[in-house]
Amino acid sequence: MEFAELIKTPRADNVVLHRPFYLAVEGTLCLTGHHLIFSSRRQDNAEELWLLHSNIDSIEKRFVGSLGTIIIKCKDLRIIQLDIPGMEECLNIASSIEALSTLDSVTLMYPFFYRPMFEIVEDGWRCFLPDEEFELLSSATDEWRLSCINKEFSVCPSYPPVVIVPKSIDDEALRKVAMFRHGSRFPVLSYYHKKNGMVMMRSSQPLTGTNGRRCKEDEKLINATLRPGKRGYIIDTRSLNVAQQARAKGGGFEQEAHYPQWRRIHKCIERFNILQESLIKLVEACNDQSHNMDRWLSKLEASNWLTHVKEILTAACLAAQCIDREGASVLVHGTEGTDSTLQVTSLAQIILDPRCRTIRGFESLVVREWLQAGHPFQQRCAQSAYSNSKQKWEAPVFLLFLDCVWQILRQFPCSFEFNEQFLIMLFEHAYASQFGTFLGNNENERSKLKLPQKTMSLWSWVNRSEELSKFQNPLFEANSLVIWPSVAPQSLQLWEGVFLRWNRPSKFLDEAHEEMISIIKYNKELQAKVNALRRQLAQLETVDRMQENL
Amino acid sequence: VENVRLLDRLSSRKAALGTLYLTATHVIFVENGSETRKETWVLHSQISSIEKQATTATGCPLLIRCKNFQVIQLVIPQERDCHDVYISLIRLARPVKYEELYCFSFNPKLDKEEREQGWKLVDLNEEYSRMGIPNNYWQISDVNRDYGVCDSYPTEVYVPKSATAHIIVGSSKFRSRRRFPALSYYCKDNNASICRSSQPLSGFSARCLEDEQMLQAIRKANPGSDFIYVVDTRPKLNAMANRAAGKGYENEDNYSNIKFQFIGIENIHVMRNSLQKMLEVCELKSPSMSDFLWGLENSGWLKHIKAIMDAGIFIAKAVAEEGVSVLVHCSDGWDRTAQVCSVASLLLDPYYRTMKGFMVLIEKDWVSFGHKFNHRYGNLDGDPKEISPVIDQFIECVWQLMEQFPCAFEFNERFLIHIQHHIYSCQFGNFLCNSPKERRELKIQERTYSLWAHLWKNRADYLNPLYRSDHSQTQGTLHPQMAPCNFLYKFWSGMYNRFEKGLHPRQSVTDYLMAVKEETQQLEEELEVLGERLANLQKSQLNDNKFKSKPQDRSKQLGLSTSNNSLANTPQEYSNDLKSFPSRSPSQGDEEDSALILTQDNLKSSDPDLSANSDQESGVEDLSCRSPSGGGCLPSEDSGKDSDEAVFLAV
Repeated sequence: MEFAELIKTPRADNVVLHRPFYLAVEGTLCLTGHHLIFSSRRQDNAEELWLLHSNIDSIEKRFVGSLGTIIIKCKDLRIIQLDIPGMEECLNIASSIEALSTLDSVTLMYPFFYRPMFEIVEDGWRCFLPDEEFELLSSATDEWRLSCINKEFSVCPSYPPVVIVPKSIDDEALRKVAMFRHGSRFPVLSYYHKKNGMVMMRSSQPLTGTNGRRCKEDEKLINATLRPGKRGYIIDTRSLNVAQQARAKGGGFEQEAHYPQWRRIHKCIERFNILQESLIKLVEACNDQSHNMDRWLSKLEASNWLTHVKEILTAACLAAQCIDREGASVLVHGTEGTDSTLQVTSLAQIILDPRCRTIRGFESLVVREWLQAGHPFQQRCAQSAYSNSKQKWEAPVFLLFLDCVWQILRQFPCSFEFNEQFLIMLFEHAYASQFGTFLGNNENERSKLKLPQKTMSLWSWVNRSEELSKFQNPLFEANSLVIWPSVAPQSLQLWEGVFLRWNRPSKFLDEAHEEMISIIKYNKELQAKVNALRRQLAQLETVDRMQENL
Repeated sequence: VENVRLLDRLSSRKAALGTLYLTATHVIFVENGSETRKETWVLHSQISSIEKQATTATGCPLLIRCKNFQVIQLVIPQERDCHDVYISLIRLARPVKYEELYCFSFNPKLDKEEREQGWKLVDLNEEYSRMGIPNNYWQISDVNRDYGVCDSYPTEVYVPKSATAHIIVGSSKFRSRRRFPALSYYCKDNNASICRSSQPLSGFSARCLEDEQMLQAIRKANPGSDFIYVVDTRPKLNAMANRAAGKGYENEDNYSNIKFQFIGIENIHVMRNSLQKMLEVCELKSPSMSDFLWGLENSGWLKHIKAIMDAGIFIAKAVAEEGVSVLVHCSDGWDRTAQVCSVASLLLDPYYRTMKGFMVLIEKDWVSFGHKFNHRYGNLDGDPKEISPVIDQFIECVWQLMEQFPCAFEFNERFLIHIQHHIYSCQFGNFLCNSPKERRELKIQERTYSLWAHLWKNRADYLNPLYRSDHSQTQGTLHPQMAPCNFLYKFWSGMYNRFEKGLHPRQSVTDYLMAVKEETQQLEEELEVLGERLANLQKSQLNDNKFKSKPQDRSKQLGLSTSNNSLANTPQEYSNDLKSFPSRSPSQGDEEDSALILTQDNLKSSDPDLSANSDQESGVEDLSCRSPSGGGCLPSEDSGKDSDEAVFLAV
């Protein structure tokens, strides 16, 4: 297919761009296969806006006489308005944008066409491989092994080819366990807590069904992670009710009788359309132009977004608490084990493991616990808050995870190597990107699409020092402790950096941030100077002393 | 009383056993056993209510709510003891005479001269001359000497030059409680001014020539503008109701060249109830997000805060952008008028955003113009219907602005919280009584100490590290976003949940940056010293080469001087400092260390007298203030664990 067929009017002049908090700008609009480009031709202050078609969530058109107006709502929640003279041009442009922003074939997406303009220092596709992770683990314990059982994605289509499992369980047993778990997602290692040797595993629900099926190998597998005489906790991310209902569809939960060493805790985390609706309501509230304070608070409350944040954080804190405080191992699962399960396991690691609070460590966490673990990014992030089309599998699961990380970051502003911008960047790229990292729903699809060969990795771009400097937190001081966030409503706030990003002037906050950076920078410069002088002095003094001795 | 248990609000399982002491000024709870002997001190004047709850098997519970939003829950084993404590506290918390208040016994061990100096720190005459008056348009009037015209006004009042004593007195007779229009703020760049008064006694048709002349005089004092705004901060309905009582608002037909405007800030009773509702939300045990947001909305608190802000923004805009003078009033002109005038001044003039300027602002718009501190904050036992968080709302407005303009204020959140605390504590004389007249009669300045001097002495603790006097945000007028930015107004947990440390960010960016800046200063000093030493050394070595005849002499001399230098500058200690650099980030290093460091940090940074205590005891006391939050105050690994445990496990 040629993109040109879809572009009836590639260019329009005298277009006026409106954005909140900016003066309207006149300029030229161009459409390419993947971008909408607006450029003001003004000499004094030339401005260009590049928008990926894949970032466009919905588009509306209006006409007043022959002046057409297009309102573009983006997945990163920004809204822009373009006034286009000429009804035909406007209609053409609108229909092109509509078509280009809803291409169904992945291989037509921009990442397959994008050619990087930067030098690749480190190929992101080769970073964060399971072997590296396992090597780290082996230095602490030898109770685990790398299993290649899923080599051709033959056992579990949503797992990576290599997984970490207890050493005492052979591949044959794993195959049996896979049959007993939803989508074949058998329990695998998610995190090893070096401090006390406790572990966190994740899986999908067991297929007990109504007649209480059991699987000896499954019981053996998860018991293999327990120390003698120790108990473990199973954190089910569904309410007891939902878990019981799942039995009718062949799913279910671990029966106490068959797993006597495990205590099951149900922590309800919402899924799918409930989350998507929550996002839609929240964004609607944030865009509400009314002057009424009561209405804002009641809409914020009605969106339930912060309730979801609180639920997820609470479950993650509980998992972390079981591991670190109770000295117990934990198994986390919901239904499929690809959404709420990953929210809990990844957040618990941020609480427990200082490594996950560094930039590289966090990237590694996203790769391990989200990409390799088979969170269906393509389905979940197909549409964002403005979509009019009927939802299928969309849900802001990853955005909620990032929001929770931001909440912890806000409570421990000195304990993270990255800043808020880093999280916002990940949110943007999960929904629309020039990089292939978040394409596909799991490693299986990614390998079929040959993403590592055909597209660029986000990490190749981010991990260059020019980019990294934007994402570094100037307040960071490595903190080796477990950090326990507060989950009280008073402690949780709306993530303004994402949800009010386009609706509030950020000038003063940006200035404050710059001020902070310059204070710290100046301090570091002084330190360097003082140290240099000290060395110089020491040298001179030794010379002096030598002379004296002479 | 012994064997009393202090309950932790967040987790009922945790309680501290200790002894309760009642003194003339404080309730003191001392924990048993623990090495630190944690103490909790509460001033009687901070107690807002005491509730005796039904006796249980473990004892008799007593709930003490404080005006600084601390809530203390005690369980006393014996019913009889509990009753005695209850009765004593009720009496002690409600003094009937000013002389019973803490400021008359509080002695910070300063001599008479220091005390007098303290009272001179904030000088309103100096402030008016800073504004540029008296000048061609404004003069000082002695019409109110001996409080002859208005007993709730200061003796020295600034009025337009063309307003004669006759006009002032005539106007005062036409205003509630004779609070005639007087100058609050003057903008010397464009001659626009903010004046304040009470409502006119207009009823349905009354008018007063002198009052009309007075407003005319205010307009004439601003030759650049041909009208003035008259801002009535009340809702229109309230103002109209007042007409039936012979009061009301200005009729645009009777006054030439005024533009009349209602703003719609609710009265003190609505505000009192609103705060009450919000505090109920804050006190909820493990509320859900919905409970909290719904309760916050239902309290209406943020709506009221926004209304005050909007009024202030309107006036600041009129003065700065339109160059029009404004007369502000409400009913009596001492609550909403004070709020609105001070918010507008704060927006207009960067001086009021400095530490000193903020003290001046409170002194000017609140203390000198007869805001009824005693009635509003219930210092003496009085009519509970008079109590209302009027200045609390102003302080919150300042905080909301600080959130929007992080570099614009010289002071930090702690400064605001400590001012709020002392408005209720009665530890200093500044806010005693209802008017300047009463304060003079009581000889407050001779018998008590000034809060401003105390805050000024500890000003290093109150600095905003992001403030720079040459920063763009510290210049000129602040322009906050107007509606529809409702989301800019946020719940201030640092104030209303301030004793529940577990709820707050565990690492403070402000404290971190303050430490960095302090270190930067030390580095600058050291750099200078090192530079000098280096220069000396190089020079002497140069000299050594030149005068080889006396090498030993030289180097000896040098050795001496370097050692002197090093003593003065203590590089040893400094390198320790470098090593312990992480002490800024409380959760650094291993658990014990970080806890230790933090404790020291707390001691250093906390206002020693926050809970009305002498300096030596303050450290312990300050720690104990945090203990109600379940010992979860130390942002070490343990932080929040205890309190959160209950929350997480509530399946």
